[in-house]
Amino acid sequence: MSPRQRAWVLSAPALLLVIVFLGLPVLSTLATTFGDPKGPFHQYAAFFDSKLRMRVLWRTLEVALVTTAVSLFVGFVTAWVVSKAPARIKSLLIIAAVFPLLTGVVVRSFAWLVILGKNGIVNETLLRLHLISEPLNMLYTQFSVTIAMIYLFVPLMILTLVGVLEGIPQDLTDAAASLGAKPAAAFRQVVLPMAVPGLIVGSVLVFTGSFTSYATPQLLGGERQMMMGTFLYQRAMVTFDWVGASTIAAVMVVVTLVTVLIMSKLAQRLNPVAG
Amino acid sequence: MKTKTHPLLIAFAALVFAFLIGPLIIIIGASLSDSSFLTFPPRGLTLHWYENVFAISAFPRTMWTSFQLAVGGTALSMCIGIPAAYAMARYRIQLPRFLGNIYVLPILIPEIVLGFSLMKSMAIGMDMPIMASLMIGHALIVLPYCVRVVGASLNSFDFSIEEAAISLGCPRWKAFFTVVLPNVRAGIIAGFILAFITSINDVSVSIFLTGPGVSTLPIQILAHMEQFFDPTIASVSVLLMFVTVAVMAVVERTLGLTFLTK
Repeated sequence: MSPRQRAWVLSAPALLLVIVFLGLPVLSTLATTFGDPKGPFHQYAAFFDSKLRMRVLWRTLEVALVTTAVSLFVGFVTAWVVSKAPARIKSLLIIAAVFPLLTGVVVRSFAWLVILGKNGIVNETLLRLHLISEPLNMLYTQFSVTIAMIYLFVPLMILTLVGVLEGIPQDLTDAAASLGAKPAAAFRQVVLPMAVPGLIVGSVLVFTGSFTSYATPQLLGGERQMMMGTFLYQRAMVTFDWVGASTIAAVMVVVTLVTVLIMSKLAQRLNPVAG
Repeated sequence: MKTKTHPLLIAFAALVFAFLIGPLIIIIGASLSDSSFLTFPPRGLTLHWYENVFAISAFPRTMWTSFQLAVGGTALSMCIGIPAAYAMARYRIQLPRFLGNIYVLPILIPEIVLGFSLMKSMAIGMDMPIMASLMIGHALIVLPYCVRVVGASLNSFDFSIEEAAISLGCPRWKAFFTVVLPNVRAGIIAGFILAFITSINDVSVSIFLTGPGVSTLPIQILAHMEQFFDPTIASVSVLLMFVTVAVMAVVERTLGLTFLTK
């Protein structure tokens, strides 16, 4: 057997798994959206005409963007502190970020049901302090979905950015300082540009993750705060409108792929090291 | 030279970590509460809800299913992912570059879209048994971890060692198992852990593939929550946190936790 043949034989099982169980099924989902008798793009016209569907799309984009922005800010500051911490504290902090990350989405979303619920800790505290006379309805709002989503993605951002910040050699900031740069200037002109590709990668992970999430909007948003993921599920399994569900799926795929492609090009271009 | 971190930044980070850990402590508290609805702080303490987890037969049953899927799906994925990763690293010139991108498609395509598409093609189209389609679905979503993490180890492996073994008369397959595999052990463990945790926590693919009689733990938790809002869920959640602790202990023992920031 030639090396080329051997290479293909070894790759074949994994390729087959992806092609047969991902490629074909997803393509067939996308294909059904063009099969409408009223014309190939009828489903998409209907999607973008429908107030309900557009509201779901905008809400999902809004939640995903807010989640990304907040996670980026919170994650960057925290990762900065973690990367500067003494070794023993640093490993403790990393454990504290990894633990929630490895705990399932369902468990972490459920925590916010307990916190924000009618008898939850927030309402109990406010009632006891006599700040409110009746429990607030915080669940099944865009706020409850967004806060749980931020909770879900901050650890991912922290860990991604700690890796990025650790990769920036201390020598560079030292060099900047020895050439007379104040800490703020060294940060702005040396650290930040080098961190930009990592910031973009982290943002893409959080944006696509929150844009396509299912469990969190299902638990904390319910029927009232439908997002693309829950909307797809509802169309597919409750109303059995498979073509409608496929159209939602297609919109999700396009948004995700376009984001990933544009942002990874941007990350490459802005990478000061690769030049 | 070490610059001092501004105290305000430290205070901010402290708040962030309180935000990260607090909710998990609240779940532990709620799981011990003796009231029949979810509340925190607990009024009286009881282990009743932990007993209840095992009294409701669906929980132990789905735990077992989830465990089987996580181990079986990951093992299946490793069996086909390791050869693929090996081929990519060893025969770099003979294979087109884009193959690497094909293996990460399961992460790139939104999971909920994948779940829906798999449901239509496998469960309905091929009339496949539930457990078989779940196993394939899980093997698929963990494949990127198997190929990429093992691949990273293989890329730093010096294949001339393998060549040496082969030129000294060692059969190719034996050289792979006795020379290559032991050298990428860390990568395989890391990939296995990431895959295991991904599989055991999966919702978006499983929710479409589970059916009458066969479910996974996260899906069972969601189903239970729709009907009851009692501390049983908090107790299951705490049990799942023990799994996380166990996984982290394995990571710490074998690789050191810093591998997760790389």
